[in-house]
Amino acid sequence: MKLIYEQSVAGRPGVKLPAADVPRAAALPASLLRKEAAGLPEVSEMDVVRHYTNLSRLNFSVDTNFYPLGSCTMKYNAKVLENVAGLFAPYHPMTPLLPTGERFSQGALGLLHELGGWLAEITGMDEVTTQPLAGAHGEMTGIMLIAAYHRAKGNKKKYVVVPDSSHGTNPASAAMVGYEIITVPTAPYGDMDLELFRQAMNDEVAAVMMTCPNTLGLFNPHIKEIADIAHSHGALMYYDGANLNAILGKVRPGDVGFDVIHVNLHKTFGTPHGGGGPGSGPVGVKKSLVPFLPTPRVVKKDDGSYGLETEHPASIGRLANFFGNFGVMVKAFAYMTMLGREGLIQVSEQAVLNANYIMSRLKDLFEVPYDQTCMHECVFSASRQLKQGVHAIDIAKYLIDRGYHPPTVYFPLIVKEAIMIEPTETESKATMDAFIAVMREAAEAAEKDPEALHTAPVSMPVSRLDETKAAREQNVCHMKW
Amino acid sequence: MSDANYCPNTPEEIGEMLAAIGVASVEELFAPIPAALRASSFDLPDGMSEFELFQRMQTLAGRNTQGMINFIGGGYYDHVIPAVVDHLSGRAEFYTAYTPYQPECAQGTLQALFEYQTAICRLTGMEVANASLYDGATALAEAAMMALRVTNRNRLVMDGGVSPFTRQVVRTYLTNLDVEIVEIAPQQGGTDQTAMLAALNEQTAAVLVQNPNFFGTLDDLTGLADAAHAKGALLVASVYPISLGLVQSPGDMGADIAVGDGQSLGNPLSFGGPSFGFIATTKKYIRNLPGRIIGETVDREGRRGYVLTLQAREQHIKRHKATSNICSNQSLCALRGLIFLASIGKQGFTELARLNYDKAEFAKSTLAAVKGVTVVNCGATFNEFTLALPKSADEVVVKLLQSHVAAGVPLAAYYPGMENCLVVTVTEKRTKDEILALARELERAL
Repeated sequence: MKLIYEQSVAGRPGVKLPAADVPRAAALPASLLRKEAAGLPEVSEMDVVRHYTNLSRLNFSVDTNFYPLGSCTMKYNAKVLENVAGLFAPYHPMTPLLPTGERFSQGALGLLHELGGWLAEITGMDEVTTQPLAGAHGEMTGIMLIAAYHRAKGNKKKYVVVPDSSHGTNPASAAMVGYEIITVPTAPYGDMDLELFRQAMNDEVAAVMMTCPNTLGLFNPHIKEIADIAHSHGALMYYDGANLNAILGKVRPGDVGFDVIHVNLHKTFGTPHGGGGPGSGPVGVKKSLVPFLPTPRVVKKDDGSYGLETEHPASIGRLANFFGNFGVMVKAFAYMTMLGREGLIQVSEQAVLNANYIMSRLKDLFEVPYDQTCMHECVFSASRQLKQGVHAIDIAKYLIDRGYHPPTVYFPLIVKEAIMIEPTETESKATMDAFIAVMREAAEAAEKDPEALHTAPVSMPVSRLDETKAAREQNVCHMKW
Repeated sequence: MSDANYCPNTPEEIGEMLAAIGVASVEELFAPIPAALRASSFDLPDGMSEFELFQRMQTLAGRNTQGMINFIGGGYYDHVIPAVVDHLSGRAEFYTAYTPYQPECAQGTLQALFEYQTAICRLTGMEVANASLYDGATALAEAAMMALRVTNRNRLVMDGGVSPFTRQVVRTYLTNLDVEIVEIAPQQGGTDQTAMLAALNEQTAAVLVQNPNFFGTLDDLTGLADAAHAKGALLVASVYPISLGLVQSPGDMGADIAVGDGQSLGNPLSFGGPSFGFIATTKKYIRNLPGRIIGETVDREGRRGYVLTLQAREQHIKRHKATSNICSNQSLCALRGLIFLASIGKQGFTELARLNYDKAEFAKSTLAAVKGVTVVNCGATFNEFTLALPKSADEVVVKLLQSHVAAGVPLAAYYPGMENCLVVTVTEKRTKDEILALARELERAL
């Protein structure tokens, strides 16, 4: 499709602006004045509507396709969430920061406070900050809280320990806070090797970052033991909440030894993923870390009204200009309100059931490197297909031709030719049966006609794209005006 | 199960699935979790229907004061949002997709983000941009870290005219790294050029400025850029995108990295988020950019298409050696920014900036005519300006809030010694009548 810039016609007016009801002011000094207008498109409103409507149709999405992208929890996003978020659109975040301004923002502050309380209950933590703007931002915040805790105690700490199956954001977030990384290999039983972990631990370790269930979709039965070992070295336990959907109402990280957690509202609590964001990554902590939480903090006053604590001596400071991705929190709050206690338990149960169902129906054709009851996602390897020259990516592209968004491939990095499937609780057996049938066809095609898989996809607006050329030419901006 | 909770399977289907797996109950699937690790509590309210939810949310939203007339900014601005922005970004194919890892079935998102990157480059006068960061504050922090990497130095000089919130975010990001941050206090609401230049040395990685700054003052950054470059440092400028319809771009003023908050481009106030951060730089620094970047390429048939590119910078590949830990960004908000810019258009965007400037100038002269009120800014302003009042600005703001006018941001909490100062914001949405009413209320409050 043409770019919007390629549809531009000089002089074509856009949307009408509010009236100029004041006199023209004297021009800015020449040194400050823009010499040439920015090269924005000159198109009609209808051009804009057609262009972006047609562009949207080139996407696969949860609303149009089964989207079992492992680790991303692509569940259905209830439509009413969009409606309720709009109710809060007009409120300015500076209002409660004005003197006496809190009383004009009671609805929004109250929502933040209640949401924080629910998240603390769900995760087994004592207090929550909603400021982090995404999961990785939450991780960084959590590690900063841990760093502040150690600093206050006078602990000399240098390392953060992660299993080799961890999300890339874990080591990246720890590195942003200045820690060196110790990576512990995965044992044949599918989780961080307990013995190697024990050996890796020392008194300079600040934190151990875990995802539980891990990225293989397996729950680590030794988690309490790991936490005890970490704590014996004065290290704190960080819980990556990416996989929280598996354990809602079943396990609370705070009960099993974790000290800090981030939650991905856009995964577990049903808010849309937006083509890559916005997410929201609230962080929950145990009591010992509460003094270090970012400011401003929402507090409930003795009279039952809500206020802001703008400064706290031990706080790590601010992670964002205001209170986090508030609009995303409104949706998550609404989702939790609608589902309630029983509904949220049903979420984890059905998510785990669906993943195990898919695993049971495909494990005869695709290798399962860690063959155990999985939680909310299952990880296969295309190693059997590789013998015919078929890679995980070829299977992914075949699925696209059949109308399925591919699972996550090549992650976790420790599984060769990984195919990571997370169906989520919102998919029906009928949808999964159809997907299973196509996966089985892909396995058959790998045996009989591998070439067909190499040419896939053939039904999309574009076939496989030349990523090397993109990286070499670095054409990231349309320069022709 | 009586309630759907968006879980569609019937008891019969669940039975069939359990049989296929070879277990007797769903609970059996949770057997790998030892009993001792089970949740000790899960005390949450009962659920409710969509209808009841909507009523509850209406009540909650209604506890915020309705109809406040905003002359406050402070980083978030009350601008018009054309109806097409909501409608098009509300296309489920956009908002229920995720990061475009599989380009063949994500060309919609990829092309839109390529168009977005193009718009950011054109607005800022830079050569390359990424596909968004979280917000303007974290974008400045990321830019600072990028400058530290590029120069391999460990010192930053930050203008005190940068938003106090944003300065806090930058400091928080850098607390645990071995970095010295020198802050230069502003003079008369503007950059203290002499002190800034004196603070530059051979260890300085970057100079961080905001234009217009927190007081609304505009500055020609050219001299500062030259001075920074002479010491081998980068100039990082945080800019307010709407101003770029009228004001010289950071690129043309010599900035090496331009960042900012995209809220004003088609994203509602929404109590502070979500918006998006943008970051743009010159070609030579592209490999140091944080976050996703979309690049143009061709498919096997030679057709143009778009992919995530230079991914070897990112956390999912480089892990702890990545340029940033960012994974999810603010894609949908960036898309809103793009649709906003496309629907307003080239001429419209210039007019919009002009409208903000004209209305603010009108407000500035009107309010400065109130007895005892003077303008603090040492130079030109865009759509925000700072007034010195004959009494505490906090008191005045409190008084005007009672008539549901948010008169501005008083500076007592942020700049000691400026207790009588008030930053007033005037966007295109404020009418002449509202401005005149503000002047009357102000007069009464003094």
